[in-house]
Amino acid sequence: MLEIKNVTKIYDGNVLALDDVSFNIKQGEFLAIIGLSGSGKSTLLRCINRLVEPTKGDIIMDDINITNASQDELRRIRRKIGMIFQHFNLVERSKVMTNVLAGRLGYTNPAMSLVNRFSKNDVEMALKQLERVGIKDQAYKRADELSGGQQQRVSIARAMMQNPKLILADEPVASLDPVLAHSIMQYLEKINKEDGVTVICSLHFLDLVHRYANRAIALNAGKLMFDGSPKDIDDEKFKEIYGKEAERVG
Amino acid sequence: MKTKRPLLKSIGVGLAVALGVIIFAYAFQVTDVNFETTRSEVRMTGLTRVLRALAKPELFTRDTTEVDIQTPFYLPCPESGQMEEIETGGNEPYLLTSVPCASAKEMITVEGYNFPPNSSGPINFLTASGVSKQLANFDSDSDGYFNVEVEVPNRQPVEEAQHIVATIRTTSGPLKWTDTAKATWEKIIETVFIALLATAIGTIVSIPVSFLAAKNLMKDSTSTPTNVALAILSWPAGIWVGLKFTKWAINVLDPLSEQILVALAGSILFAGIAYLLVRKGLPAEDIAKPTRKTRIIRNVFLFGSAVAGLLAIIFFGSFAKLAGDIITEPLGVFGFLGNALFLLGDITLMLAPAMIAVAVGGVFASIVGKFGQSLNDKLSSSSLKVANLIFTSLAGAVLFALIMAGINWFYQINDPKIVLYYPLAIGGIVGFLLALAVRPKHPLPTGLIIYTIIRTLLNTTRSIEPLVMAIVAVIWVGIGPFAGSLALALHTIASLSKLYSEQVESIDDGPLEAIQATGANRLQTIVYAVIPQIIPPYISFTMYRWDINVRMSTIIGFVGGGGIGFLLQQNINLLNYRAASVQMLAIAIVVASMDYISSKIRESIV
Ligand SMILES: Nc1ncnc2c1ncn2[C@@H]1O[C@H](COP(=O)(O)OP(=O)(O)OP(=O)(O)O)[C@@H](O)[C@H]1O
Ligand SMILES: [Mg+2]
Repeated sequence: MLEIKNVTKIYDGNVLALDDVSFNIKQGEFLAIIGLSGSGKSTLLRCINRLVEPTKGDIIMDDINITNASQDELRRIRRKIGMIFQHFNLVERSKVMTNVLAGRLGYTNPAMSLVNRFSKNDVEMALKQLERVGIKDQAYKRADELSGGQQQRVSIARAMMQNPKLILADEPVASLDPVLAHSIMQYLEKINKEDGVTVICSLHFLDLVHRYANRAIALNAGKLMFDGSPKDIDDEKFKEIYGKEAERVG
Repeated sequence: MKTKRPLLKSIGVGLAVALGVIIFAYAFQVTDVNFETTRSEVRMTGLTRVLRALAKPELFTRDTTEVDIQTPFYLPCPESGQMEEIETGGNEPYLLTSVPCASAKEMITVEGYNFPPNSSGPINFLTASGVSKQLANFDSDSDGYFNVEVEVPNRQPVEEAQHIVATIRTTSGPLKWTDTAKATWEKIIETVFIALLATAIGTIVSIPVSFLAAKNLMKDSTSTPTNVALAILSWPAGIWVGLKFTKWAINVLDPLSEQILVALAGSILFAGIAYLLVRKGLPAEDIAKPTRKTRIIRNVFLFGSAVAGLLAIIFFGSFAKLAGDIITEPLGVFGFLGNALFLLGDITLMLAPAMIAVAVGGVFASIVGKFGQSLNDKLSSSSLKVANLIFTSLAGAVLFALIMAGINWFYQINDPKIVLYYPLAIGGIVGFLLALAVRPKHPLPTGLIIYTIIRTLLNTTRSIEPLVMAIVAVIWVGIGPFAGSLALALHTIASLSKLYSEQVESIDDGPLEAIQATGANRLQTIVYAVIPQIIPPYISFTMYRWDINVRMSTIIGFVGGGGIGFLLQQNINLLNYRAASVQMLAIAIVVASMDYISSKIRESIV
């Protein structure tokens, strides 16, 4: 469903963040991206929905080339791609409900959003999504009154409002404790298994990769170093991905 | 190396100190600092007098009654020696002079008996022809007696008796506000409302401007050369069409909207039509990509709605003017409500052409922009290049001609060669060369260009003092509070936009990114990710500005901008310090209480 072809990204400080990366993803996969800090994981994820403009290469989703889509097309593409962030990126002063409903913005008419109106269907759907992640009772609290784990669940609900085909998760559990981390990963797994949503998720912990992903790719200094099953990351591969001095933990 | 450091450093410090001394010495020189004057006797008494007057603001008064006590006096002594007898004794107050007659400039003593104890008042010389001149003031002692030495004035010598008059002034009745206090009250209210109006207008305008002046919102917006060229061509065309159309519509509707009922019905009817058409033309959701046919139908609906909206606005303007006029009289004290309605209608009709022109310009630009986009998508690179060359040359020509027209308005060159043909030619060539140089799909940083232009405008406007702006406004709309409000509003726009946009720049990008990632467009991103983050600082800056505007509006009257400043300046010029003191007191109270209220409100929000 998604083809990444020779994508290169050079930031304006002449930083080569992605170096000729190519791979394909099939519908329904749970793909983990691993690599050292600064290896280009976030850049890769952001290139897919063009929050970052790739310098070279093509990204093609369901036969539509994302890289040269017009603003109107980009809007239609983005609304099919949910995104989850390390720091949740909720609008903290707004209500949980408003944050979740914001997931529908790609579908609503901009003129309606000016007066802050969503259809009844959207409101019902938002409540259902909140129920699914177990925080329906928090719907009318301000987002910043919630704990980290709850906030990340709100952002999953927001992504699900988009009715997405693909979810991009950029280190979704890096700022949560291990117990919460598993609960968030389980929600992603559920979305992947039950709704058939493809998930691309960057992760720092290999045990999470082994437990949840059915495929992994590894980046080192912007280069694709590994593409295969998480089981195949042996000690030698590990040293290639993380460098000679790296020690395996967990 | 290490040993030299302290030496170099101390030389540096020494030089800095010497420089500091020189700078301040020069400052004393140019600012005319002169301690001699501050010690001079004359200036000290002057200062004391003013300070004492300022300490006694002329706030309250009582009714005073005046009783004149007079005694005949001869100037000069009559040759016949015949003079009026003076009655003395008894309980009634009477005056005695040391001599019954004297010539001009002689000193005489005036004594008063049986006056009310501790009373005071003026002593006047009243000529035979009825002109009086004040000689001195008296203060009676606890027995009702006083004596004052006065100089006989230099007056026309006449035979008959003239008079020396002592006026006993007694105050009675309850304390009343003085006329000064009443005028001050009226003006301080005016002052507060000048500040309110200026702040309100400034805030409303500044909010959208601040988004355009925020780098983080603008830096990502780019356009292809084709689109930029088409925008430069379509905006002026759209604005021109909009202006013409509105003028025409106002003229056509004018006779119709003379009847208040027709105007009311027209505004309601067309507003309704506009609303219905908008509902038809703007679906709440766009799930699937609309077909060409539905898009055309929608655009027709939207166009119809725009026209209906325009008619509704014009009818409403006429209605508000008429209705305001009619209800002002019967409302009596609340007549200002009618006046406000009238002004609302007037301003609607005044701004309608401009607003509609901008709207039509925007519509033109977006239609042409879509066209440019489809050219970008469909044409091959080389044919796009050719199209670009044509559009950009045209745009360059139009832009240069427009700029030159602006310059011509100021300098009145009026030579068609310089004003029209050369700019057209040069602009065309510049555009052509630019299009040759730039790749046809290269994104141009239009957002940053708009950002830079707006920032520059704001910085220039902000550096002009409101007092100077008020002088210009007074020339435009005449002396009065309206001029002051205009000047303050303009300054408020400039400074609030800057403060606001800095707040926008300092918001957390995380939510911005997240909202963009959902497919939200620019407007939606602003509404959902930017506005919630900036509400508290916006309110706090608005309050802060309101505070400044109250201060500014107290002195904007110095240059004719209305408010209390006018009274204050007048009284200072008339050396009427006790009245000026009332105005200063009022300013202090208003400023201090605004300060307090705004800090309370800010505290409760942030
Ligand atoms: N906006 C930017 N401008 C310039 N350079 C950037 C920008 N964003 C990232 N980079 C650089 O690009 C490289 C890749 O960064 P990226 O954020 O993609 O890494 P990452 O793998 O997500 O790291 P982490 O695990 O720390 O999140 C880094 O060297 C980073 O410094
Ligand atoms: Mg990252």
